[in-house]
Amino acid sequence: MFVRRIARCIIAVAMWPIFHKFGSPPWLYAISGAILRWMLPVTLILLVIGAVWGLMFSPADFRQGNSYRIMYIHVPAAVVALAGYYVMALAGAINLIWRMKMADVAMKAAAPVGAAFTFLALFSGAVWGKPTWGAWWVWDARVTSMLILLFLYLGVVALYEAFDNKEAAGKACAVLSLVGMVNIPIIYKSVDWWYSLHQPASIKLTGESTIDPSMLYPLLLMIAAFYALFTCCLLLNMRVELLRRESRTHWVGSLAKRECSDVL
Amino acid sequence: MHPVRKQRLYLVLFMVVFSSAAVALMMYALRGNINLFYPPSDVAAGEAPVGRPIRVGGMVVADSLRRSETSLEITFELTDYEATVPVTYTGILPDLFDEGQGAVASGELNAEGVLEATEILAKHDENYMPPEVADALENSGYDYKGNAQ
Repeated sequence: MFVRRIARCIIAVAMWPIFHKFGSPPWLYAISGAILRWMLPVTLILLVIGAVWGLMFSPADFRQGNSYRIMYIHVPAAVVALAGYYVMALAGAINLIWRMKMADVAMKAAAPVGAAFTFLALFSGAVWGKPTWGAWWVWDARVTSMLILLFLYLGVVALYEAFDNKEAAGKACAVLSLVGMVNIPIIYKSVDWWYSLHQPASIKLTGESTIDPSMLYPLLLMIAAFYALFTCCLLLNMRVELLRRESRTHWVGSLAKRECSDVL
Repeated sequence: MHPVRKQRLYLVLFMVVFSSAAVALMMYALRGNINLFYPPSDVAAGEAPVGRPIRVGGMVVADSLRRSETSLEITFELTDYEATVPVTYTGILPDLFDEGQGAVASGELNAEGVLEATEILAKHDENYMPPEVADALENSGYDYKGNAQ
């Protein structure tokens, strides 16, 4: 009992400054700027290396020929679309429980970015489906649940705009994100649970992957690049939202003055 | 944790758990309807409706593909290694359609138990490898899935 109380005190003392800082818009704006300064070039380099490696240097597939290379866009976009939903829902939950305004900013910023990645996954999937399956669109469990994910992301965007009271908007969107979270494991397991046209996963967490290493490594690189790209888009979007919300504050005023004097 | 925040945390957990349970029950109730196609054994067991649009999916039986000399009409058989369903189709097949590979045929079952397909989709699997690796596997007596032939 006594030990637990001490541990709790230590955690509270150690965590408070971090929580406090995350709650501070100028600090978040500054730290995200510092992160983006090196993250943007790293993302660009990863994307270029991954794309050139995957599209030009990895071998053609023994059955699909070159059309399988759509995988290097399709799989990373889909992976990040799923992971991005957890980011959005987690930020929503933090806002609901701790009433952290910056979590609300993160949730609002994640929704359109996630929607864009989901759309990219659906679109590249349609382009891939035509030459391999013989159809642009099939209502199988994987494709349909992915379409529901797109509607969930767009639903959060629309719901947020539907409220005049932005605090209520944040809570409503957080609830929608959390309820929609059940869709993520359904998307992931859909190809195993039901008969579907979409093939099961080639990259396996347990057991041997069913994709040749010469094709797997550029794919893993592209997945890392897309995670970095998502982070960049999320941070950039959060910064815009921060400036919009804080536009009347002193720190944004002096920031604008400094930026303008640089331009002039 | 502050009691109010703890209460909100429980509320969030309650929401996630119960909405997931509700969706899980719904999925369980609809489990048959979410499948894209019937396996041939369901068709053989008479579970697939006759004269209504359905899809049947399985592997194309080796050496079962017959092409008409005068038209685009083709016939082949789909199997799940327990039962087979004969399929007729008139049209152009997808590039990846092949004997020994997966396919999904949509159409209507006629009274003789033949699926009169209006659309054929090729189903590829999760194996990707360069042609040289596939050739090397074949030369050493294995198929591309690593099973001995």
